[in-house]
Amino acid sequence: MKNDASRSATLRRRARYELIFLLLIAAVCVIVVLNINIGSVPIPVPEILRILFTRAGDDTQVGIIWGIRLPRMLMAAILGGGLSLSGFLLQTFFANPIAGPFVLGISSGAKMVVAVAMIYFLGIFRTVSSAVLVVAAFIGAMLSTGFILLISRKLKSMSTLLVAGIMIGYICSAVTDFIVTFADDSDIVNLRGWSLGSFSGMSWENVGTAAIIIGVVSVAVFLMSKPIGAYQMGEHYAQSMGVNIRVFRVALIILSSILSACVTAFAGPISFVGIAVPHLIKRAMNTSKPIVVIPASFLGGAVFCMACDLIARTAFAPTDLNISTVTSVFGAPVVIAMMLRQRKER
Amino acid sequence: MDYLVTNGLSVGYNGRALIQEIDLDIKKGEIVTLIGPNGSGKSTILKSITRQLQLIAGTVVIDGNSLTSLPYRELATKMAVVLTERIKPELMTCRDIVSTGRYPYTGRLGILSEEDEQKVSEAMETVHTLELEHRDFGAISDGQRQRVLLARAICQEPEIIVLDEPTSFLDIRHKLELLEILRSMAKARDITVVMSLHEIDLAQKISDRVLCVKGTRIARFGPPYEVFDEDTVRELYEIDRGSYDPLFGSVELPRPAGEPETFVLSSCGSGVNVYRALQKAGIPFIAGVLWKNDADYFVARHLASRIIAEEPFRPLSPRARAEALAAVGSCAAVIDAGLDPGALDAGLLEIVKEAERLGRLRHADQLPGIVK
Repeated sequence: MKNDASRSATLRRRARYELIFLLLIAAVCVIVVLNINIGSVPIPVPEILRILFTRAGDDTQVGIIWGIRLPRMLMAAILGGGLSLSGFLLQTFFANPIAGPFVLGISSGAKMVVAVAMIYFLGIFRTVSSAVLVVAAFIGAMLSTGFILLISRKLKSMSTLLVAGIMIGYICSAVTDFIVTFADDSDIVNLRGWSLGSFSGMSWENVGTAAIIIGVVSVAVFLMSKPIGAYQMGEHYAQSMGVNIRVFRVALIILSSILSACVTAFAGPISFVGIAVPHLIKRAMNTSKPIVVIPASFLGGAVFCMACDLIARTAFAPTDLNISTVTSVFGAPVVIAMMLRQRKER
Repeated sequence: MDYLVTNGLSVGYNGRALIQEIDLDIKKGEIVTLIGPNGSGKSTILKSITRQLQLIAGTVVIDGNSLTSLPYRELATKMAVVLTERIKPELMTCRDIVSTGRYPYTGRLGILSEEDEQKVSEAMETVHTLELEHRDFGAISDGQRQRVLLARAICQEPEIIVLDEPTSFLDIRHKLELLEILRSMAKARDITVVMSLHEIDLAQKISDRVLCVKGTRIARFGPPYEVFDEDTVRELYEIDRGSYDPLFGSVELPRPAGEPETFVLSSCGSGVNVYRALQKAGIPFIAGVLWKNDADYFVARHLASRIIAEEPFRPLSPRARAEALAAVGSCAAVIDAGLDPGALDAGLLEIVKEAERLGRLRHADQLPGIVK
């Protein structure tokens, strides 16, 4: 009797996870079609399918889909997923649901070093490869993270940690602005668009690099779901279960830094995705089990960024909005609601 | 067989030793309790033997393996912990929490097998928490949380469980229940239990051996009947007000100061409530005449200014009779705290009569504030 009740509760939970995954996959499909369909040149759905699978059809339409909309959309999906995972890792690490790459100043750190690298490389070689940008962003992300870790050793309070992160973000932005002010005019055009965040103008080469990096890291994160789950109980319990805490913490920080660095290198800093998406996913699934939350967060981040990018490029067409403008509009209310809820629970 | 051995162990923080030269030999299935005042370093010792703190000096050997060279994973199959720190996991049910105990036994992704699920259920059943399994861990009471964490430790199937103040947030019923579970685990499954307790009375009753932690060395380590005398406890906790009775493990507030002008006559435990009432009112008193096997005698030892006592099963001696008559003469009030006239010793009856003659005899039920 008791066993039956327990079993049915377990089954209900599983059904809930499956439902959320199905909804996310359905959302991905819908957003993909909308993203390709909508734009200055609307392309009807039957055409889309034909062009996607056969590459045959109207030359302009093929060009728009394969040259512009598809890479941009894929980039939004990949980077959105990466950003969301990076947020989830940082929240686990700091045991704080409001931690994220943007709030902790990690994106801004990456942005700063990328700006320096861009100006330097453009000045000398007139070109800059995506690999260089990723490495620069990773260095910047690690710099900010290092600062945050130093501060978090001294300060146990989570709110002070967040304030410190925001301050680091401001400092890095100030340095970036300073660099941009003294850069060549030709560089500025490049930098301006990028430093505000955008998915536009993505080449297939960029998409490939991002897909490899974020794909590998995401799989690694998924394979770490077991120790991440243990770590949610606090580091001491995790260690008593057999997790080598020192190795684990370093791995977690490096993986989350690679993710946010990669995103920043290609699309600039993007706010709120890292906090809002994992939170919504956990609430929707009513669990924080990494083994389901990690893949769902990735899908959720992909859907969220593709949708936001769609709005960014169509709402005031032909003018593109910054991607952060749109993600903030949708993400910030979620974060505020989350903070209010937390206050109430305490 | 010795399961956990420490040799010349020094423990502390940041390379500075707090307690030195700890030499322990804890056997399999033994219950060892650490007692000592707040801040004495009980937790520091426990954190050191669970590898949360680096050892400053010396060695810890578990089941023949050095603690520092044992892989974390292997240690996890031998040792489980229940910590004092309050965890606030997000959106985890009690069953989720208990399931984490299976960590050392699950595969790469940590998916629980049918057998694991069974063991989780059994562990929850053992500590009577199965009905909580689908509740959110953040939404249950402190006592329930403590039991869920114990279930987590149990389903880790350890050979030794280390608990840091496991009874802290529990009410008396759950304290007893938890200690009873530990006791039966230690005996039935031969699991070693090492824990710290604040309740020395419980420590005395559950432990096979007790470790007194105070200062920079281990003060005492031995079976409760050796360790628990009044002086050890008094010294360990620096009790200068009030007292601790090692026989019953009970505490009493300090006796009222001053020259006693009240004499309480009682027998067969009838004096206890009167003593307590006088103590609360701050009135010093003499207790008598008490045969040394009377319950009154054990309480009076801590509360009365003076006791007029007699050896068990003897008639009233002339010495005691004279002392009692002197007390009746010197005290302004003599309280009859419920003497049984039928069972009264002839000598005692004479003392009661003398008090009556002087008009000093009062009955306890006539006094305000004394509930019988």
